Amino acid sequence: MAGQARQWRTAAAGIAVLGLGLTACGGAKVGDSSSDAGGSGSSGKCGTFNLAVNPWVGYEANAAVLAYVAEQDLGCKVSQKDLKEEIAWQGFGTGEVDAVVENWGHDDLKKKYITDQKTAVDAGPTGNEGLIGWYVPPWLAKAHPDITDWKNLNKYADKFRTSESGGKGQLLDGDPSFVTNDAALVKNLKLDFKVVYAGSETALIQAFRKAEKDKQWVIGYFYEPQWFMSEVPLVKVKLPEYKTGCDADTEKVACDYPVYKLDKIVSAKFAKSGSPAYDLVKNFTWTNEDQNTVAKYIAVDKMTPEAAAKKWVEANRAKVEAWIK
Amino acid sequence: MTVAMEKPEKTEKPEPTGPDGPAVAVRRVSRRTVVAAILVVWVLLFAVLRGKQTLDLAAADLTDLHRWFNDANDSIGANRNSNPLFLYFFNEIRLVIDTLVTFVQELISQPFAGRPLPQIGWLGVVGIAGFVSWAVGNWRVALLAVAGFTFMGLQGLWQESMDTLALTLSAVFVALLFAIPLGVWAGLSDRFNRIVTPFLDFMQTMPTFVYLAPLTLFFLIGPASATIATMIYAAPPAIRITAHAIRSVPETTVEAADSLGATRRQSLVKVLLPMSKRTVVMGVNQTIMAALAMVTIAALIDAPGLGKTVIQALQSLDVGTAFNAGLAIVVMAIVLDRVTTAASAREETARRSGSRFLKWRRPLLGAGAVVTAVLVYMSHTYVWAAEFPGEAGVGSSIARGADTATTWAQDNLSGLTNTFRDVLTNGLLNPFQTLLTDSPWWLVGAALVGLGTVLGGRRAGVTAAVCVGLLVGTGVWSDAMTTLASTVVATVLVMALGVVFGVWMGRSLLVDRILRPTLDAAQVMPPFVYLVPFLALFGATRFTAIVAAIVYASPVAVKIIADGVRAVPAATVEAATSAGCNTWQLITKVQLPMARGALTLATNQGLIYVLSMVVVGGLVGAGALGYDVVAGFSQGQLYGKGLAAGLAIVLLGVMFDRITQAAARRVSA
Repeated sequence: MAGQARQWRTAAAGIAVLGLGLTACGGAKVGDSSSDAGGSGSSGKCGTFNLAVNPWVGYEANAAVLAYVAEQDLGCKVSQKDLKEEIAWQGFGTGEVDAVVENWGHDDLKKKYITDQKTAVDAGPTGNEGLIGWYVPPWLAKAHPDITDWKNLNKYADKFRTSESGGKGQLLDGDPSFVTNDAALVKNLKLDFKVVYAGSETALIQAFRKAEKDKQWVIGYFYEPQWFMSEVPLVKVKLPEYKTGCDADTEKVACDYPVYKLDKIVSAKFAKSGSPAYDLVKNFTWTNEDQNTVAKYIAVDKMTPEAAAKKWVEANRAKVEAWIK
Repeated sequence: MTVAMEKPEKTEKPEPTGPDGPAVAVRRVSRRTVVAAILVVWVLLFAVLRGKQTLDLAAADLTDLHRWFNDANDSIGANRNSNPLFLYFFNEIRLVIDTLVTFVQELISQPFAGRPLPQIGWLGVVGIAGFVSWAVGNWRVALLAVAGFTFMGLQGLWQESMDTLALTLSAVFVALLFAIPLGVWAGLSDRFNRIVTPFLDFMQTMPTFVYLAPLTLFFLIGPASATIATMIYAAPPAIRITAHAIRSVPETTVEAADSLGATRRQSLVKVLLPMSKRTVVMGVNQTIMAALAMVTIAALIDAPGLGKTVIQALQSLDVGTAFNAGLAIVVMAIVLDRVTTAASAREETARRSGSRFLKWRRPLLGAGAVVTAVLVYMSHTYVWAAEFPGEAGVGSSIARGADTATTWAQDNLSGLTNTFRDVLTNGLLNPFQTLLTDSPWWLVGAALVGLGTVLGGRRAGVTAAVCVGLLVGTGVWSDAMTTLASTVVATVLVMALGVVFGVWMGRSLLVDRILRPTLDAAQVMPPFVYLVPFLALFGATRFTAIVAAIVYASPVAVKIIADGVRAVPAATVEAATSAGCNTWQLITKVQLPMARGALTLATNQGLIYVLSMVVVGGLVGAGALGYDVVAGFSQGQLYGKGLAAGLAIVLLGVMFDRITQAAARRVSA
């Protein structure tokens, strides 16, 4: 018993001595310096703004700029949430997501959440135009200029053969996030190709990057605006022109993809909340070139999204003022 | 699989183990003949019936079952806010778990009410890690823990690492809360064990992508969903291993306790639990490892931490940054693994090291606690101890190094790798896949049932028949056969690697010591990190998926086979050596045949691990079930098909698990 008491006393003394010594030589204390407390001092009436961030760099550029403006100019507390599209839309209903700021079509989701469940509303276009289609690496378009017309694809089909395509030409498809009609297209345009599912954007980019470097034959599904285009400017292959309704029956599609007017979707609750962040999202619009600039900062120059947004906002103050006036 | 299992038999002379030796040999020969006969009949019928009744389904096509899954999912989403089950049940669970995770996060990773930094800074966390490792393990693992945690700080990933740690610890804590009692129950009751096993199989083999989206419907976006997703995958090993631990307490010990008049409760608390403690801790270890394997996947539903860094870096194919974050996960896994392993071994070492040390242990522990408390206090108070200092120079040089290595490999090796890929794909994978996908479904089904019966006995055959039936029901039969072809090829390669490296490791402790950390790293490094260089080397092909699966699955096989080889009695090896066996003969005639049980177990585990990579394979060109699951996660109208594909993966897993396990029992009996 006594021994234990002595032990405790030693321990207590030890703590005291150590504590005193360290306080003397300690340095700055946590919470002392105001610089730590985060940039935005004035948290106005904005409150928390829950911004979904879908997993591609172009989206990240939109979100970074919006978040930067909301924080710096409106004094919002921005909570960015990294989510896939499906889950982000689901979040409108549960109140965990206020805004999706680059939406590619997704008529099925619009029907489900805007028309049926009425938990989301459209907040207008972002100003970006999305193209989807078949692309070839630039060297190929230069070496065989006629390849950019679908009518000539069969001529080259055997050049596109791989270990995966079962004797036909390989059409590399498949970022799983996007709807493709490619299997139907190949059939209806009577092309001697087989759709091979790469399975991710990463796989597609890597395939194109290698094709350009080693002069390989690759044709695949891709889209723009996309940061990768500034590294390797892929060339789009012309498909039969898109006319309204020509893709109505997915079995019989034989035309190009439409030009998507990318838009913003917000939760119904957020739209009615009177938050200045909603007005910001609603007024936000910029060009493909703007987005590519910020996306390039992030993906190629490896800046953090915040730093990239800061750089762009400082250089384009006039555009930003128009969103928040 | 059959190839791998026949391997030891080819070189084997029947062991003169007893009077029934010759009988066993006769039966084995006939079994091999039957297997060959089944295969021949299959190939012959395939030649005649090729392309008929293949149950092919195009990528965008759905069956009624898939549509029904879609509708069920939609109606849950639509009714979420009015359903009492949600209001009073799921919401409560979410609240509790959210509170727990947020509490741990505020302690070590996230700013807390007004403070710009968490309560405990890096110095405090490093102190606690070192002290706890020392208290439950030994000073060596304590040093490792301190070095490991400091390394994560030097990588410039302190906060991310702490977020990952907070989430992992919370998930493991909640998982163990359920898993250990359930494991004890399953250990005591055969009936409960039989009921719970299929659920555990399901939890471990169902791809996470399938239930990630519904989870966020039930538990919203946030820490609760991420924790529960992690728990679902991480709890089964703890349950299984706890049950196994309780079962392997010697019966005589329990009987002795009974005869001394112990009640059921007493014999559980005083005999069974203490005696199985060591193995239960290994279960905890496996749960932690499984939880860390979920880090990148949980990041897809906004779980903070290292996983996010990996995923974000890969959006711009930034392999260096992704590798740096992946390395932090590996370091954390190795630290936690070694500490828990040391904890399970500690009692014995302490007992052996004598009492003098024990007398000093308590005062030393007290002093250590005091020092830790001071460190925690300091890290709470002073900025230098709270925020990891420095510019993360280590992290950026690691990232640069990884980038350089990747670029070099891509530039210099891709010609070689492409040839290798084409030879293997055209020579082995394509013919085998054609046989599976172009045969009528009933022919493949019959062959599978037949092989199952021959190799695993009648019960395995019945399981195979049920699984084949259900596979047809999922509507993705053709995709399942494509996936099966790749899986089998990958497993064969895994076993080839496993035998080579396993024997090498089993025969030399030095090799073991050098290779083991590499194997650990290959097992816990998130696959997303090495997919990019693999894509550059092999393109978006099924072969890339196979290589990724091999990286993930072969460490398990290697470790099991190494253990098996080492378990061969030294006396036997010596006897063979003195009888004039050379090394080759020793390996092929003595060590491998005697490690036959380990070989079948390695096949079993290798196959299950390969199957768990099917979805990752779908991201790099494997198509089939993996792609179905990924697409189902990404597109609402394909959700039902993704779910069906997930079920198909589970069914393939259960079928092969039952067959290989039954075969393993037969072989070792």
